[in-house]
Amino acid sequence: MAKVRVLVLRAAGSNCDQETKFAFDAVGGQADLVHINRLLEGTVSLRDYQILAVPGGFTYGDDISAGKVLANQLRLKLADQLQDFYTAGKLIIGICNGFQVLVKAGLLPRLDLSAGQEVTLTYNDSGKFEDRWVYLHVNQTSCVFTQGMPQIVRLPVAHAEGKLVVRNETVLQELKQKMQIVLQYVDKDGNPAGYPMNPNGSIEGIAGICDESGRIFGLMPHPERHFHPTHHPQWTRLGLAKEGDGVAVFRNAVNYFKA
Amino acid sequence: MITRIERAHKADLFDPEAQAVVSGAADLGIKTIERVFFFHVTYLLGDLAPADKRRIAEELLTDRVTQDYAVDGYLRRAAGDAWSVEITYNRGVTDMVAETTLKAVRDLGIEGVQDAKTARRYEIIGRLSDAQKELIVQKLLMNKVNEHVVQPGEEIFMSKAEDRFELVYVPLLQASPEELMRISRERDLFLNLAEMSAIQEHFRRLKREPTDVELEMLAQTWSEHCSHKTLTGLVEYNGEVIDNPLKKTIFQVTRELNKPWCLSVFKDNAGVIEFDDQYAVCFKVETHNHPSAMEPYGGANTGIGGVIRDPLGTGLGAKPIINTDVFCFGPVDMRHEDLPKGVLHPKRVMQGVVAGVRDYGNRMGIPTCNGAVFFDERYLGNPLVFCGNVGLIPRNMIEKTVTAGDYIVVVGGRTGRDGIHGATASSGELHSESEEIWSGAVQIGNPIVEKKLVDTLLQARDRGLYRAITDCGAGGLSSAVGELAKSTGAEVDLEKVPLKYHGLTYMEIWISEAQERMVIFVPPEKLDEALALFASEDVEATVIGRTTGDKKIRLRYQGQVVGELDMEFLHEGLPRIVRKAVWQPPQIVESPGKPAHDLGQVLHRILAAPNVCSKEWVIRQYDHEVQAGSVLKPLVGVENDGPGDACIVRPRLDSLRAVILSNGLNPKYGLIDPYWMAASAIDEALRNIIAVGGSLERTALLDNFCWGNTDKPDRLGGLIRAAQACYDTAKIFGTPFISGKDSLNNEFQTETGESIAVPPTLLISAISVMEDCTKAVSMDLKRPENPLYMVGLTKNELGGSHYLELIGGSSAAVPHVDAKAAKKLFQALSAAMAAGTVAACHDCSEGGLGVALAEMAFAGGWGADVDLSALPAEGVDRDDLLLFSESNSRFVVEVKAEKSREFEEMLKGLPHAKIGRVTKDNRLRIKGLGGDEIVSEPIAALKESWQTTLRW
Repeated sequence: MAKVRVLVLRAAGSNCDQETKFAFDAVGGQADLVHINRLLEGTVSLRDYQILAVPGGFTYGDDISAGKVLANQLRLKLADQLQDFYTAGKLIIGICNGFQVLVKAGLLPRLDLSAGQEVTLTYNDSGKFEDRWVYLHVNQTSCVFTQGMPQIVRLPVAHAEGKLVVRNETVLQELKQKMQIVLQYVDKDGNPAGYPMNPNGSIEGIAGICDESGRIFGLMPHPERHFHPTHHPQWTRLGLAKEGDGVAVFRNAVNYFKA
Repeated sequence: MITRIERAHKADLFDPEAQAVVSGAADLGIKTIERVFFFHVTYLLGDLAPADKRRIAEELLTDRVTQDYAVDGYLRRAAGDAWSVEITYNRGVTDMVAETTLKAVRDLGIEGVQDAKTARRYEIIGRLSDAQKELIVQKLLMNKVNEHVVQPGEEIFMSKAEDRFELVYVPLLQASPEELMRISRERDLFLNLAEMSAIQEHFRRLKREPTDVELEMLAQTWSEHCSHKTLTGLVEYNGEVIDNPLKKTIFQVTRELNKPWCLSVFKDNAGVIEFDDQYAVCFKVETHNHPSAMEPYGGANTGIGGVIRDPLGTGLGAKPIINTDVFCFGPVDMRHEDLPKGVLHPKRVMQGVVAGVRDYGNRMGIPTCNGAVFFDERYLGNPLVFCGNVGLIPRNMIEKTVTAGDYIVVVGGRTGRDGIHGATASSGELHSESEEIWSGAVQIGNPIVEKKLVDTLLQARDRGLYRAITDCGAGGLSSAVGELAKSTGAEVDLEKVPLKYHGLTYMEIWISEAQERMVIFVPPEKLDEALALFASEDVEATVIGRTTGDKKIRLRYQGQVVGELDMEFLHEGLPRIVRKAVWQPPQIVESPGKPAHDLGQVLHRILAAPNVCSKEWVIRQYDHEVQAGSVLKPLVGVENDGPGDACIVRPRLDSLRAVILSNGLNPKYGLIDPYWMAASAIDEALRNIIAVGGSLERTALLDNFCWGNTDKPDRLGGLIRAAQACYDTAKIFGTPFISGKDSLNNEFQTETGESIAVPPTLLISAISVMEDCTKAVSMDLKRPENPLYMVGLTKNELGGSHYLELIGGSSAAVPHVDAKAAKKLFQALSAAMAAGTVAACHDCSEGGLGVALAEMAFAGGWGADVDLSALPAEGVDRDDLLLFSESNSRFVVEVKAEKSREFEEMLKGLPHAKIGRVTKDNRLRIKGLGGDEIVSEPIAALKESWQTTLRW
């Protein structure tokens, strides 16, 4: 069977592209690093891929606001391709800066490229960039990427603008009703908790959401940084696990097309 | 037409930027501020229809979920006790958000915006005097070096300057010595009389006056910063003249050790060592002290940006994989009124420097994993900012080829008036009026331009599109082309260099130190492919000249020759003058101080000392895990907050082979004896490598000397001593130096004319290759009932120690290094760790055994029972001295209970002893020589002391 093809999108300032490619390749996918200019000029087409991954980084320096400029490029110049890609039943994941891009482009919480943003990711309450490991509660949802994951996983976050804010209470209620809240920051026992367990002040500790179909997923934590057992911050205490908690995210995505 | 758009957080949302002003003002003693509103302001130049303005505001600039906006108006207007102030960059300073905005507006399909500029506005509510307002503006909101308050009616955009061309000759041939020195001073050349006379003589032979650009190029090439003329010159020391002390010490040890895994040393932009069969790693550490003193954010920003270009410019270019940073600041708790004139408050310097490294390093996607912060009053006017970068490079790409006829291509950022005279000015002292001279030299970096540069250069490298590469650092194109084309010669057409704005002279173009530029030499048949590759990712690449075969550097502007120098004179013409060096031990009164009774309290106080306390505030702001190679993070332990000894990173995700990085630094010892400071720094860097499971094999060192003005013989004497210690110590350990750099003239002249030199400061950075990273060991205690061992000998060496300072004593007994004994010890411990006998290991450094035990305990979340009577010691019979002596070459080791016999066997014949065990009861208990308990402290309380100081 042909390998599942993954397009890892690059733009000026992307910087988790290589490890994201490595993760997809390691679970049996075949990932290509593709610069946004290739999609814009049409030398590469989304049609040839099953998974679109927007990796972490600081696209265009996060100037103006995080992910905004790349989000506008997707929304204004690639709307048709993205619509077709989604309609064809394919998968989209945005990690960290990629999540910011998906939200600002109108791919999350639902595909709507008309610039009517409902959710955003803004400056951490701490006022600064922070790199730290968090505990995440994995909710039972339709999200393709998190199926079968344990209830509590550990991943690192590293961002300055990761606080999820909703436009109004209705948006939050809808996210809950439609089971779109995939990951929530918790303490090590799985209970809701404040800073630093919730590293940015996100409402309800939301760390990741999906669209209603479960095929578009965005999250602030970095699953590609808890891939190898030596990534775990306490591996020298606990010993080496078989694999990192983040592996499942990539494996689920690739296996989705093998079923 | 100018459009002004401002946006701000909705009033009911928490705004961290506004909050920062409130707390910053409180730091200044201003407590009357009730509320602050913060606004982002964007100015757009060009004719825009109202609908387009609204689209730009709504679809680009404003986050409609969290923000409101106003077009050509204000969201709030100051009234009553409110005060509004708007701040923007000075003209010509990089405004990267504005550059991105221009692009993003075009993405919206809106044409006609010619220029953009950003500003920020604060509206501050609360009763404030004019003096307080001025204080807030100057100390909190802006830095006058590159920003200003927007005045009513001010022209926001630069009017278009014309390109000027007037060939300038500098009359030198008939100049008297006094006139030569006046020219040197007035043009900020920082050349001395011997050097000016050599230039005069050279042009007398040529029978013509030099042009300004020729003089500038000589000054740049001959600057201390670029030529290291002091340490490579002639030094009279102890009655003999040393020809090139650097060569006789640092280079010499590497040559004598002759390690086959040292692939390229002291000849390229970074030292290169073998990593595995396919790859090598290179490492370079630089300083960016003077710019950081003037403008901490921009200085540190361009410091890290600059050092990243060193590995990128090594061989045919290395992929940057790890950043390091080490800072020395004045005391952050200093009172504002005690600051000398012209000095920024150390807290502001530290916040700015950390933010500068953070914003550049994080945006570049390079993990910042290793570093240190050190505080001392003598760094007040002259902080030190060391930035390092490690690169990964295929082994078959570590050499460059320079041949005649290749195209000289400048790639990356554009050239502006920024950074003029950085190389020469950094070779002088700072003083209270330095802000004036430096205003042109301090810049802000644009990391995204550099990131694009890295992304495309590595592709071009792998496709073989160029034959040689180097960075534009200090001295700009002058240094880059002058160095790289040394063996062939080159001609450059300066009007071809892409500029940020018009109005630069040919001379400014040649010596500008604008950031984010690299120079590559492209063979003619590859030119089209290379230019197409860069264009495909929006990276500017421009042919500016060719390499020649005539060994001259020839500069033209609009077809006319404006400068021509022989490469030989440029690089070899620098006259070597004899500098005098003396060293006399400082007069230090031996005073024992008043021995403390409550050693538990002492331990708390040392843990809270700025030089010992947790640096988590700094570390967390750096992305230390990007690139996904992190094996041992800078913070370790059960709560991820203990101080790791060294970082370990896997640069290849498909391999277990890893790089270990560590550093050693202790300027307090430098004030007593630079020789032992240097030896101690090497010992510290190496024991950090050992502590995490590394070995002395495959370990290499870097030296960074930061000294005062070495034209003063006493300063130079200390430097020579330190260099000798580097030779002696590294030779015995068998660890070669692969790269280094010195930064001299780190002195600050106060208003009253007093010159304050930084303490003699040597940073030693160590890099080691580890075959199997799963053998790594962290410093946190792992399991109750495991035995604790002390490895290494404790001596009566309290000179420069925290404890002695605390109890008001002084001593010249600075810790020595018995490198022969230490080497045996390191090797044995390293073998014991490789055999899997060790559960945790931590080196003893500042604060000695006491601090090491406390850190291990609270990092691991377990207590410890320790008995000092078993401690291997020499000439010490007091509990306090045993606990807080800072003797080198010592470790505290937690051994796996079931392996203790094996461990002891492997350390047989070497100083080591079982001193206690790990306990469950969350307390550190230490029994003294008399058998009574001298310390019994809850580990949570110890941790609290350690964390409080810099919990900002």
